[in-house]
Amino acid sequence: MNIRALLNILTGRQDSKDIAKERLRLVLVHDRTAISPEFLERIKEEVIQVISKYMEIDETNTRIKIHRADEMAVLEANLAIKAIHRNI
Amino acid sequence: MGEAIVITSGKGGVGKTTAVANLGVGLALLANKVVLVDADIGLRNLDVVMGLENRIVYDLVDVVEGRCRSKQALIRDKRYDLLYLLPAAQTRDKSAVSPEQMKKLCEELKAEFDFVLVDCPAGIEQGFRNAIAGADRALIVTTPEVSAVRDADRIIGLLEAAGLSGARLIINRIRPDMVRRGDMMDIDDILEILAIDLIGIIPDDERIIVSTNRGEPVVAADNALSGQAFRNIVRRLLGEEVPFQDIYRQSSWFGRLKKIIGLGG
Repeated sequence: MNIRALLNILTGRQDSKDIAKERLRLVLVHDRTAISPEFLERIKEEVIQVISKYMEIDETNTRIKIHRADEMAVLEANLAIKAIHRNI
Repeated sequence: MGEAIVITSGKGGVGKTTAVANLGVGLALLANKVVLVDADIGLRNLDVVMGLENRIVYDLVDVVEGRCRSKQALIRDKRYDLLYLLPAAQTRDKSAVSPEQMKKLCEELKAEFDFVLVDCPAGIEQGFRNAIAGADRALIVTTPEVSAVRDADRIIGLLEAAGLSGARLIINRIRPDMVRRGDMMDIDDILEILAIDLIGIIPDDERIIVSTNRGEPVVAADNALSGQAFRNIVRRLLGEEVPFQDIYRQSSWFGRLKKIIGLGG
């Protein structure tokens, strides 16, 4: 904390570098969600593999996608369960 | 067997070519046999930055298309014994070369040289894919601006997807006065966002423009702050642990005043 930071708090002013950093952070969240379909397909296969240890998954009714929320990206997976293994 | 290092950035105009020239001269000054490869076909510039533009006979496309042997196209820099340049073609475009051809060329050069430094064109299209095809390591150049850092982030992703992980970052054109005023992102801000390893910080320095005017890379100038910064990167490339320069202390009026009145250097 230096004098400038203290002054900024008192005056409500924001350094332009902090604005730059904040804008970058947001734009990169969006940029980084631009994942290729092949990559998403790989994630989907591996997620199914893991979940299949515990329950039977209907692969044709499985959807996986990445979407943008306000300040973050969300990975959403919808898996249809056919059956749950009994002895877990 | 040498090593091929690609210098890339995504965004244009951040100092890739200047970095290639200076790192090449710096490595050659430390007794490494170096070849600089200009992969920016159609927009060659490494030749003028190096001051070798009048000595071009053959170029990279001539080599890959078999019109000459790679040895014939290499220009030896008479000022630095161990330094060579393979210029880009100026009248062709990026599609004149394929990634496979570049890979083969890099392999061939690595047999002969300790370091093959590849100057990558701006952008993420074929020129980029060609330039990274034969590389063992990558250095990413950025400046403390939103657009340059954003593009660097994209490049990091593309390099990783291509199997070139562990790229290291050069932050160019830092202005200590602006950082102090809170008007320029600092090293830590950029590293926090990009989450990669830093290999060097180059202060914004008029000397770079002057040396580029003359075609003499600044790294050979002992007293230039930017030259020192490039020399440090060279030593880090060679595996040495070199502390980062305190560019803030060296350029602040307070630091200078302290030096003048003898309070330390």
